[in-house]
Amino acid sequence: MTQGIVMAMPGPAGAGVHISCRGCLAIKPIFQQGPSPTARLVLAFVASAVLMAVDHRYDHLRVVRSTFATLLYPLQWLADSPIALAEWASETLASRRELLWENAHLASENLKLNAQQQKLLALEAENMRLRGLLGTSFKVGERVLIAELMAVDLAPYRQQVLVDKGSRSGVYVGQAVLDADAVIGQVVEVTPFTATVLMITDAAHALPVRNHRTGLRTIAVGTGKIRRLALPYLPNNTDFQVGDLLVTSGMGRHFPAGYPVARVVSVERRPGAPFSAVIAEPIARLDRIMEVLLVWSLDPSERDGPAALLEGEGGPADGQGEEGEGDG
Amino acid sequence: MDRRRGGLVIFITMLIGVLLTIMPIPEWARPFRPSWYILVLIYWVMALPQRVGVASAWFLGIAMDVVSGTLLGQHAIGLSLVGYVVHQTHLRMRLFPLWQQSLMILPLLLLERAIGFWGMGITHQPLPYFDYWLAPFVAILFWPWVFILMRDVRRRFVS
Repeated sequence: MTQGIVMAMPGPAGAGVHISCRGCLAIKPIFQQGPSPTARLVLAFVASAVLMAVDHRYDHLRVVRSTFATLLYPLQWLADSPIALAEWASETLASRRELLWENAHLASENLKLNAQQQKLLALEAENMRLRGLLGTSFKVGERVLIAELMAVDLAPYRQQVLVDKGSRSGVYVGQAVLDADAVIGQVVEVTPFTATVLMITDAAHALPVRNHRTGLRTIAVGTGKIRRLALPYLPNNTDFQVGDLLVTSGMGRHFPAGYPVARVVSVERRPGAPFSAVIAEPIARLDRIMEVLLVWSLDPSERDGPAALLEGEGGPADGQGEEGEGDG
Repeated sequence: MDRRRGGLVIFITMLIGVLLTIMPIPEWARPFRPSWYILVLIYWVMALPQRVGVASAWFLGIAMDVVSGTLLGQHAIGLSLVGYVVHQTHLRMRLFPLWQQSLMILPLLLLERAIGFWGMGITHQPLPYFDYWLAPFVAILFWPWVFILMRDVRRRFVS
């Protein structure tokens, strides 16, 4: 219909066509061949709707998506490059004094950590022995890999980040991601060179946690706000106090047990409602992390499958200079 | 030969549009960032409707879905509609002065956002906050400059 109107318009419209193509030889075959724009639009709508439905419900598109993502990786690399360059420059141009200071600082920290580690090893051995006496199986062995965040903005209303290690380093979907202090999230998408990490505060994320003080298990749900986790399933009479530490319970099988997650910042008991409103604040500084740890638990029974295990163990062997930390 | 070269230029400008949209910027500025790739698309559909249309818009949308981690098709569906509307009205849109073009583009950008919003709602994804709707208003302020820049690019490289 609109086309009809356009054709009926005399002077200016004709001029428009003239500007658009130098030789109108190019224009004719295209308007004559192929489906009309309306048909194309309908096709595009149907294709998008089908894609969205399939992508939402099933896993089939993972390969397609990861192929496209690999093709578009240079773009993401480019978007990241100014920041990476600035970091590189500030590292390279760091003064000698700063480096010396940092070195000394790190050496003393290393000493402290080593001392703690010794204590930990003894405790771990004792813990294993006691658990062995109790007859429960429990694995503490884990391997970690350090990945850096790429400065790429994903959809701004989701809490996702892109990291610079992918399936080539053995990263798999569902893998737990930590930083030095606490849990950050889990891998939701992998390409050969990158992985997308969904953070625990994303509104579509929930993780099983345990109150460290009382041992009570519950679920921590993301709210979409970066400093906030909600604990929606706690009855009014539960023993939850402000300041309680929440650690992963290991129940969902994605996250290894015992890592700190969040600290309770407000407990509101609502007599009229079945559950009280408990809010916790993530311990990891989700808005200012630069490096993350990807974790493999080394207990095969806690893994998704043997394939994932092999993939995971092949990781550090390909020697890309990452840290592969063995367990005791 | 010439045609292929033009195609490459169109492709590159669209990639630059995507690049500017995923480029890291300060947190406070993120809600205001215009969707550069839509502006680039609108320009090309308006200038060369016989070469850039619904199909290119759809592929651009898929690329955007992949790099921004949304559901495949979520950007594509809105973008193909924008491509269609501009394609059907390009002769009329060309007649207006730039600032009026900006005003004509505003409903298109809002429509694209609305379709994205609908896509998120229908697939039960978390819904964005109010600032989701701000970007189009910022984008139309940039339209005249985008238009002038892209026109120079087109005259120089494409036709």
